[in-house]
Amino acid sequence: MGAQVCKRCEGRLQSRDTESLQKVWAWLIAGIIAYIPANIYPMLLTSTLVERSESTIIGGVVELFEHGSWGIATIVFAASVMIPVGKFVAIIYLAISVQRRSNANQHERHKAYEVVEFIGRWSMIDVFVVAILSALVQLDTIATVNPGIAAVSFALSVIFTMLSAQAFDSRLIWDAARTQE
Amino acid sequence: MTMHTTPLDDLIACPQCDTLHVASALPDNVRAHCQQCGIVLVTSQPAAMARILSLALTAFIMMIAAVSFPFLTLDAGGLRNATSVIDAVLAFNDGYAFPLAVAVAFFIVVIPLMRLSALIYALGPLVREQKPRRGARKAFALAERLRPWSMAEIFVVGVTVALIKVAGLAAVTIGPAFWAFAGVVVITVLKDQLICRYSIWEALDKATN
Repeated sequence: MGAQVCKRCEGRLQSRDTESLQKVWAWLIAGIIAYIPANIYPMLLTSTLVERSESTIIGGVVELFEHGSWGIATIVFAASVMIPVGKFVAIIYLAISVQRRSNANQHERHKAYEVVEFIGRWSMIDVFVVAILSALVQLDTIATVNPGIAAVSFALSVIFTMLSAQAFDSRLIWDAARTQE
Repeated sequence: MTMHTTPLDDLIACPQCDTLHVASALPDNVRAHCQQCGIVLVTSQPAAMARILSLALTAFIMMIAAVSFPFLTLDAGGLRNATSVIDAVLAFNDGYAFPLAVAVAFFIVVIPLMRLSALIYALGPLVREQKPRRGARKAFALAERLRPWSMAEIFVVGVTVALIKVAGLAAVTIGPAFWAFAGVVVITVLKDQLICRYSIWEALDKATN
């Protein structure tokens, strides 16, 4: 053995990423920190002939509900609140269970990891909504929409948690059982 | 132990849980799953390579159309504003949000185009049964690594949400670029379902030797 590089794809070989959990925690904490201003500050700055208004993530969802767009409100709520928060909880659970060398629920934990990996990117929906609205609604005096600072911190939060999920070495879930035998 | 008699090249380690499997030739249109965690390890699809290449070429051309043609047009109170995909990217182009403009440009245009060109570069010679180009392995590895960062499909859902938000406020006309973009998304999904990393690496190996 002793090979350092994969002979097929030329990637560096490593049995386990020993710093996996450190990176997971670091990116996750950065993601949680960025998620706080994303909810406090406005996502969209709207000005029309009569009024200027600012809406936060939750404010935008409430507005959609009041408009009667239930389906869309649910999609935005799922993408901007349920998925990010669910992801924080899932990654914390996975990291802690690996640290405790837990031997239980491997299949469930693996499923949770797959779901987190797959679904995390979809949180970006709200950032793209802001991008399109700000580009489209630029009608001089009648109505203009501009992005708020929350769009930036929300995008950062999504990117950080994606990196956190990617840093997690899913093989660690199965290692406890292998070494205890 | 049979483990010792199996040559290293015939073993597959599951990329997600590291369980070792002995690779065997699969009949056509069959999927091999990991025994431990259940993810798909190998799919055997005849002619997948040619299909992947043609879908990648189609998506590439449609992506060029999607960035060049008008995307959406808004009419309200005698004023009109036409938006392209590039304008959507540049929406964040003021001061503090500039890095976000760059990120959005990468997520919805640059990374999808990079993935498509890397695939076309790596698989093109294989389909014509020639030797792989230099760096074909690196290109394919890059295309796979970038997969989670290619967010064209999420952008399309975002656009739909935005359209519904604006619908009450003004009249929106959907331009040809919107349909081109939606096409890119559908074709990319079809293409990614056809990609079996194991088979493509095998093919790259065979073509090199």
